[in-house]
Amino acid sequence: MALSRLTSRSNGISRPLSTAFGRFISTDTTPITIETSLPFTAHLCDPPSRSVESSTQELLDFFRTMALMRRMEIAADSLYKAKLIRGFCHLYDGQEAVAIGMEAVITKKDAIITAYRDHCIFLGRGGSLYEVFAELMGRQDGCSKGKGGSMHFYKKDSSFYGGHGIVGAQVPLGCGIAFAQKYVKEEAVTFAMYGDGAANQGQLFEALNISALWDLPSILVCENNHYGMGTAEWRAAKSPSYYKRGDYVPGLKVDGMDAFAVKQACKFAKEHALKNGPIILEMDTYRYHGHSMSDPGSTYRTRDEISGVRQERDPIERIKKLVLSHDLATEKELKDMEKEIRKEVDDAIAKAKDCSMPEPSELFTNVYVKGFGTKSFGADRKEVKAALP
Amino acid sequence: MWGILGRRAVVNGGISASSLRSRVRSSSVSARSYAAAGSKEMTVRDALNSAIDEEMSADPKVFVMGEEVGQYQGAYKITKGLLEKYGPERVYDTPITEAGFTGIGVGAAYAGLKPVVEFMTFNFSMQAIDHIINSAAKSNYMSAGQINVPIVFRGPNGAAAGVGAQHSQCYAAWYASVPGLKVLAPYSAEDARGLLKAAIRDPDPVVFLENELLYGESFPISEEALDSSFCLPIGKAKIEREGKDVTITTFSKMVGFALKAAEKLAEEGISAEVINLRSIRPLDRATINASVRKTSRLVTVEEGFPQHGVCAEICASVVEESFSYLDAPVERIAGADVPMPYAANLERLALPQVEDIVRAAKRACFRSK
Repeated sequence: MALSRLTSRSNGISRPLSTAFGRFISTDTTPITIETSLPFTAHLCDPPSRSVESSTQELLDFFRTMALMRRMEIAADSLYKAKLIRGFCHLYDGQEAVAIGMEAVITKKDAIITAYRDHCIFLGRGGSLYEVFAELMGRQDGCSKGKGGSMHFYKKDSSFYGGHGIVGAQVPLGCGIAFAQKYVKEEAVTFAMYGDGAANQGQLFEALNISALWDLPSILVCENNHYGMGTAEWRAAKSPSYYKRGDYVPGLKVDGMDAFAVKQACKFAKEHALKNGPIILEMDTYRYHGHSMSDPGSTYRTRDEISGVRQERDPIERIKKLVLSHDLATEKELKDMEKEIRKEVDDAIAKAKDCSMPEPSELFTNVYVKGFGTKSFGADRKEVKAALP
Repeated sequence: MWGILGRRAVVNGGISASSLRSRVRSSSVSARSYAAAGSKEMTVRDALNSAIDEEMSADPKVFVMGEEVGQYQGAYKITKGLLEKYGPERVYDTPITEAGFTGIGVGAAYAGLKPVVEFMTFNFSMQAIDHIINSAAKSNYMSAGQINVPIVFRGPNGAAAGVGAQHSQCYAAWYASVPGLKVLAPYSAEDARGLLKAAIRDPDPVVFLENELLYGESFPISEEALDSSFCLPIGKAKIEREGKDVTITTFSKMVGFALKAAEKLAEEGISAEVINLRSIRPLDRATINASVRKTSRLVTVEEGFPQHGVCAEICASVVEESFSYLDAPVERIAGADVPMPYAANLERLALPQVEDIVRAAKRACFRSK
């Protein structure tokens, strides 16, 4: 039955953290049906139903995880301003529903690849807060041992392939992962995520063409937050109907601020991709922060627009309303949950601050898997040399 | 259809320099044959084909991808017969979309497959260079070892004959400057087999620079090199000819030119040591420097553009590590510092010739002005 499949799948999701919450994070799998706030718009396919099967457990899970993601990103903002995070830092707050809805219907064998706005995707794939903050601050316990930074989080054991800094490159890479899944007959799919800015990249269409020709199980997920850095979508794309841009490839436009719409769309897409090849999902979403920490995000959009979205469409508020209306928790209980989350994040940050930076010898590790003892050099090659293992 | 195995005659005997009873193998596209008494011969084309074939046979994760590699049998016939032998699930004809299919190849490697991606020439690799460098070369480092990329990018590199400026560039220096890549350049059939097999087995991204004009050349090949487990080490140069007066380093097609130059120099009493680099990255600095310490003179040769080239790196390395052994300034012979012209005479002027190498060696030996 659909529901038991659903719950068994949600049992398969590894939750970012384990907490004891008494009656909340219990095995309460009372089914609930949620209606998506908006209908789906379809291109070359029949849209899925607006009625999404869920459960009390899932609803509370969604709230908790999204609140955690939100807090993590806000904390990263502070760390960046305190100069503990350097370089680039692209925050995902506002877009949490996409990450959470997707995780709800996929397994760890399904792959995800995204661009540089990757902290929450990493968390959703099972990464820990500590690994996130340690990596952001360039410490050795970071998920990439401090050598990647904000844009280069990976978790291969959960089929999360990064974390990519070059706009658009992750889409052909994702189609390649889908190729591999088909090659080894995995019965899994790859979600290749990209933004409205990347949607105009030529390599995307090249990869889509090959995916359609070879029937690859690739799902292209356009997280349309309506701005490619400082350029609004109407200034960058002649056709901002990103779900239709696949031409011969079916597409679905989804309310990306509604975690259940995202969930339904991803479930639909996975079934489609396993049978029929590529499909595009356009998630209509929004980022509260600017493109990155160097961008105030208010020179190309009004503060009214930002606060308007926060008031009308915030994904966490939506879940909160559902939790309250279904009587799954009281306001106070949710507030307590948020306090716990805050503490969790603060604890992870404190621990990460205590972590040391990588050893200088790490400069020369992982250049190759097999270095054959080749010599590599530091800035002064007579002074600093290493043999690559 | 010519069977791949049918081209290798089974003959006993080793390789010898003199040829009394030379066996002329009927290789249809061979222009020149290093036939030796009782030895096997193989064209570079067959060497590459057999290497890919054997590695595909040994490891089901190895697959081939590129333009015309399947039904067309390969633009230069390197992948001939592979589609028929392994089927369309191992040999993929791609559209003419380098950025897309290279990205797909790298993604497949991320997920554990072992792609052999062909560029019809390396000139077209520029359309995909972001994937070679940012997606492939750097991933193992950025992920601190989580994501390794066991991919091979192969195809003809450098000048062909009369193909003009956009189809003649040598990319050795570009790719060899990138940490995280390995860059190999075979010369002989044995190089081609051993290095390509090593490249396919290697867990890191390898740029494999072939040469179109060498594809049809036949070389003697040993029993050992014909064995399916044969592999050459990555990062080790080969001393093709020993000498004591001057070291000539080079790679790919220029090795043949350097050997001819060495013959000419020998007639004038100059004994040249010719080093076939085989591996541009990692560069075998140890072998190069040991040789220069023996001869005290260096002539470094490449086909590509001179500025910031492979020769420049070798000169720097020798000056840094073996300065007090040098008896003469280091010499570089490289392609001309111009886009490749079409007219035959200009093209000849734009590429190193044997006489250029001879002249430079004599200069290094203070035998000319």
